[in-house]
Amino acid sequence: MSQVQTAVSLPQPTLLARTLQGLAGNRTGTIGFFLVALILAAAIFAPWISPYDPAAIMTGPRMAPPSFDHWLGTDHIGRDLFSRVLAGGQVAMLVAAAALGAALSLGLALGLMAGLGPRWLDNLLLLLFDALRSFPTIVFGLAVVALVGPSLLTVIMVVAITSVPIYARIIRTQAQALRNAEFVMAERAMGASLPRVLFVHVLPNVLGPLLILASMDVPLVIATEAGLSFLGMGVRPPTPSWGVILNDGYNFIRNSPWPVIAGSVPIVLVTLGFTFMGEALRDIFDPRLQKAN
Amino acid sequence: MIYYAMQRFLLSVLIVIVAISALTLMLHVVPGDPATMMLGARATPELIEQTRVAMGLDQPLPVQIVTFFGRILQGNLGTDVFTGRDVSDIVFEQLPYTLVLIAVSILWSATLGIVLGCYSALRAGTWLDTLLGILSVGTISIPAFVMALYAVLIFAVSLDWLPAIGAGQGFFGGAVHLILPAFAIGISWVGYVARMVRASMLEVMGAPHVRMARSFGLTEARIVRVYILKIAVQPAVTLLGTGVAHLFSAAVFVEVIFARPGIGALIVSSVNERNYPVVLGAVLVTTAIIVLATLVSDLVVALLDPRQREAL
Repeated sequence: MSQVQTAVSLPQPTLLARTLQGLAGNRTGTIGFFLVALILAAAIFAPWISPYDPAAIMTGPRMAPPSFDHWLGTDHIGRDLFSRVLAGGQVAMLVAAAALGAALSLGLALGLMAGLGPRWLDNLLLLLFDALRSFPTIVFGLAVVALVGPSLLTVIMVVAITSVPIYARIIRTQAQALRNAEFVMAERAMGASLPRVLFVHVLPNVLGPLLILASMDVPLVIATEAGLSFLGMGVRPPTPSWGVILNDGYNFIRNSPWPVIAGSVPIVLVTLGFTFMGEALRDIFDPRLQKAN
Repeated sequence: MIYYAMQRFLLSVLIVIVAISALTLMLHVVPGDPATMMLGARATPELIEQTRVAMGLDQPLPVQIVTFFGRILQGNLGTDVFTGRDVSDIVFEQLPYTLVLIAVSILWSATLGIVLGCYSALRAGTWLDTLLGILSVGTISIPAFVMALYAVLIFAVSLDWLPAIGAGQGFFGGAVHLILPAFAIGISWVGYVARMVRASMLEVMGAPHVRMARSFGLTEARIVRVYILKIAVQPAVTLLGTGVAHLFSAAVFVEVIFARPGIGALIVSSVNERNYPVVLGAVLVTTAIIVLATLVSDLVVALLDPRQREAL
């Protein structure tokens, strides 16, 4: 039996090979992939790359333009902007990973409940999703900050809560479609339990598109973190964040443009990188999704 | 159509109720007492107790929620604990500035976006189409508050062409002060709308009814206006409806950066003072407006396309 199978099976490219091949064949996808790799590497190796301590003041003249000593210049108290941008990247990636991870798992649980549970639960959850979606992210974030105070954890919580409805809705639709799919019905007819159907069949079918969507949401998360930090309601000042750098730059905007430029360019690069990579991945794995969006 | 409108309206009311309940519940689930947080560590127990009673926090939770809804239905959003003014007065004083800002931003960006998207789709594949595509992706990638900072940097600081602070005096002053903020909010929407209109135009242009219209010998202008654009513009209308939430978020930053009055600036300053009644009132009004905008966009789409009325 097994011999027959090996004889028939063709050499299948692995998932990784297929992904890389697809990305290489797509120009913006390649750019996106390299941008994302660069950003992640910069965030991971930040402590080793950064030439100065990001919090050290007077490492050089105040508000200096870029030079060999300070690649991106210095801010109003002489901190090295390149080191601060790197440290800010670490914070941004941490927030993105934590918030999207929480949103995905919560969305998965709620979406499956809505999609496979009884009708009244479905309606109730849908109403809850719609209500949550009707808060503007930043306004909701500010309301939460007013209640619990600004911190890294608050930012993560705000982003997670506001993104849950999006994922939950998608999972709900997918779960409903899969519930009536023939292979699931066959499995149930053969006596499979609901958990088995859920974890072995529904989850793998839903997870791929979901992860791609999540990667495309990274820019949104980072803009929210930077935005809240810019308003002084996110990451607290001793910790550098792109939003904090931008706020410092805004306060001294008439003296030097460099802090604003240093704080904003990484945000734009992250957005471009993750959007390009996500779009390419989506096209490789699920051409149908392209139209739905 | 009326049945559909009623259904959507009831759903919207329900959504607002759930959203309000979620917010009030949050106020109570969160550890720590709002009155203590608001007054700071040095407040005397008597003062804290007094504020608690003034805010109604000494009542049991269900009573608080019911009285809260009762007050809202009467148009009473509570009183500002610091100044003793009505929260609704404060909110509605600031609201027009934000609404004007959002309306101007959405008007110029949607108009330009639809025109550019339409143009791009009719000339798909030319260098102009490619250029517009790159420009849209570029503008979409820049968050509104970053755009606002660059607008200040370039047009107010470097070139010194336009004012960057405040809302201006009189109609002309107000209009001049609106240019940069409306530019900063609207620019990414030009890209969004253009891309969306382009994609749906291309899709509709291949539809059988368009080929039919062409075979009947209708003029190209009439085909585009009546048979293509009317359908192709729908995703953009939906996008703008749901986008009002994003516009409010953007307005928060733009009002802070340009030191303009408005509901976003109000929320930020009240959060800084931990002025809960004002924060809650402002968030409430914002949410209601957003739900209303979504409702309106759904109804506009239903008016444009009878097929949408059946799917709720």
